[in-house]
Amino acid sequence: MSEKIVEIVDKIDTSHVFNELSHPKSGGICVFVGAVREFTKEEEVVSLEFETYAKMALKEMDKIAADAMDKWNLNKVIIRHAVGLKEVEAPVVVVGASSAHRDACFEACRYLIDTLKKTVPIWKKECFKNKSVWVSAHP
Amino acid sequence: MNVLFFGIAKDIVGSSEIVFSGDLKKPRTVAALKKQLIDSYPEFSTLTSLAVAVNSEYAEDDVPLKGTEEIAIIPPVSGG
Repeated sequence: MSEKIVEIVDKIDTSHVFNELSHPKSGGICVFVGAVREFTKEEEVVSLEFETYAKMALKEMDKIAADAMDKWNLNKVIIRHAVGLKEVEAPVVVVGASSAHRDACFEACRYLIDTLKKTVPIWKKECFKNKSVWVSAHP
Repeated sequence: MNVLFFGIAKDIVGSSEIVFSGDLKKPRTVAALKKQLIDSYPEFSTLTSLAVAVNSEYAEDDVPLKGTEEIAIIPPVSGG
C-alpha cells in the first residue's frame, strides 16, 4: 500500500483508515475526522455542499502530505476529502499520520488539517432551512 | 483567455467559466485580472480574500498572463 494517500472522493468510509495507516515501524497512528455539525451560531444546518477545483486541490494536498512526511518522519500519511452534498454527522474529511512514536503523529495530524483548511481549494456551502451561505467568503 | 470560477466566485459571475476575448480586454498580469473582475463585479471587493491560480498553482499579483495558461479564481477556501 502506498505511503502517501491523497484523495478527493464522493463518500468517506472511515472504517479502513487504520489499515491504511498501519505500518510495521509505526507505534502511533493518529486520525482526525471532520464531520457535518448540526448547528452554526445556533442556526440549524440541513446539509453542507462541498465543491472543489480538483486538479489544484490534489496538488495542494500532496504538498501538505509530503511536507508532513518530511517534517515528522512519518511512515504513512493520508488526506482524504469528500465533495458533494453531505448531511449532519457525515464524515467530510479524514487526515491521519503514522509514526514510530505518538508525539510526531499527533503534531502532524494537527498540521495536516490546519494547513488543508488554509490552502486547499475546497469550498463549503452551509444550507440552512431558508438560505445557504458560502463559509468564510465574507469577513 | 479562459478563466475558471468556483464557490462564491461562480455565483458572483453566474458562470463557471468566462472567456476573455474581443470586447473583454485580456488582462496581462494577475493583478490586472483581479482589478478587471472587481471593476466588472464589485461584489468581489467584499470577499475576505481573492486569489488567482495559474496552471493550478497560487500566483502572486506580478505574475504575467499569456492567455494560454489554465487560470482560476480562488475565493476564500473553506474545506475541512
